Amino acid sequence: MTIPDTLKYTDTHEWLRPEGDRCVVGITDHAQSQLGDVVFVELPTVGRLVEKGEACAVVESVKAAGDIYAPVAGEIVAVNEALVGDPGRINADPYGEAWLFEIRPTDSSSLNSLKDSVAYTALLSS
Amino acid sequence: MPEALRRTPLFNAQATLGARFVPFGGWEMPVQFSGILEEHRVVRSAAGIFDISHMGQLRVCGTGAADWLDSLLTNAIKKLRPGLSQYTFLLNDQGGVIDDLIVYQTDSDEFLLVINAAVAARDIEWLRSHMPTTGVVIEDLSPTSAALALQGPAAPAIFAAAFDATCPGRRTIQRFVWEGLYFSAAGTGYTGEAGCELFCAGKDVEKLFARLLAAGASHGIKPCGLGARDTLRLEMAYPLNGRDLLPTRSPVEADLALFVSATKDAVYPGRMVVESHLKKGPPSLLTALILEAGAPPPRAGYSVLAEGEKISDLTSGALSPTLGLGLCLSYLPPHFSNLGTQLEIEIRGRRFPAKTVAKPFYNPQK
Repeated sequence: MTIPDTLKYTDTHEWLRPEGDRCVVGITDHAQSQLGDVVFVELPTVGRLVEKGEACAVVESVKAAGDIYAPVAGEIVAVNEALVGDPGRINADPYGEAWLFEIRPTDSSSLNSLKDSVAYTALLSS
Repeated sequence: MPEALRRTPLFNAQATLGARFVPFGGWEMPVQFSGILEEHRVVRSAAGIFDISHMGQLRVCGTGAADWLDSLLTNAIKKLRPGLSQYTFLLNDQGGVIDDLIVYQTDSDEFLLVINAAVAARDIEWLRSHMPTTGVVIEDLSPTSAALALQGPAAPAIFAAAFDATCPGRRTIQRFVWEGLYFSAAGTGYTGEAGCELFCAGKDVEKLFARLLAAGASHGIKPCGLGARDTLRLEMAYPLNGRDLLPTRSPVEADLALFVSATKDAVYPGRMVVESHLKKGPPSLLTALILEAGAPPPRAGYSVLAEGEKISDLTSGALSPTLGLGLCLSYLPPHFSNLGTQLEIEIRGRRFPAKTVAKPFYNPQK
């Protein structure tokens, strides 16, 4: 199970990568593995304001539908439309080209409450 | 405390092959190995092998066995001959489905009943409570037996290569001996593909499983789990007991009147209700619906709407790996079940157009 050191993590298995004033968000390798083959993705609309922990996307595998929660409060500023036509990318490259959306945090200090790779690794092994 | 899950004799062999296990009908069964989509596709294009040892196996024998089974099950046992099988139902007194099963006639006075895991104990109790005093013996083979399903267009060739014998034809059952191991194989399955189901002693199943995997290697055979089994059966519109078949719905409502004999003499439990559904028409009909391309995957429990009003729920739903469309089964009032009826499925508060279609959704024989 890959858990890159460079990312931040949530308890609900999203990852987040700060890039300037925005953050790229996706689901972890653990999450894609638990879901199995992803066959459908529903992304938020650009411009939507979300609260931390608000369900804002859906990733569905053959067997199950999983809600994706906003890791921080903010505005959705971009979504990865390519995933809609090729949702299986989430299984193939969850930390790379299968990012889900970009969010501009309302408060940049809110990132401090997220887990680092050590804490996320501990969560998975607990 | 829930009862501990049971494991089949293939548990360790499947764990070694990378199976991910889930609880199913009281058993710890593989849901997938390499992935549901890949396993689904390999069954449609080459062959897959499934552990179906969780299914109950009952031997019913004796001079009164045929008449007794005829008096309990909906199909006509008298249509059978040794070496043939039939799909049939065990009903409650209200005509609802307790279980759907296959009865194999293995000898003149001997039958093998293959029943669903989740209701096996209930079936056996029901059968025993309806036993005649003489002439019939029931033996529950399940504690010492196992079963495999070999399914796919390459399955007959793989069977032949593995055992130097011809794979049994559709609905037939035969006994085989291979390297001192005895097993039966039948031309039945739950995927719509060619192939067979093997019934054997639990102690022999690992060896037969390994033999079939080795014989099928050049065809690309893969071990498959319940995830692919579910999408494969739904493409065929085969019902799943407990989801699509229910104690509150008759087999006529399930659109399976073909497996109900209207002409036999025996009065099986529930026959009055079944006859009334046959004559007057059933109050509901298990109907196949498809969503348009791009809609989210349908799932059991989602609402079906007609002109904005909820008319039913889905009993099964999945995105078809073969067709790329959402497939659904739902008990609808019969006037909504005509082919081409436009309805809607509600998914997370949004409504998506769906229309009723003929069964099966997909025909692998074409």
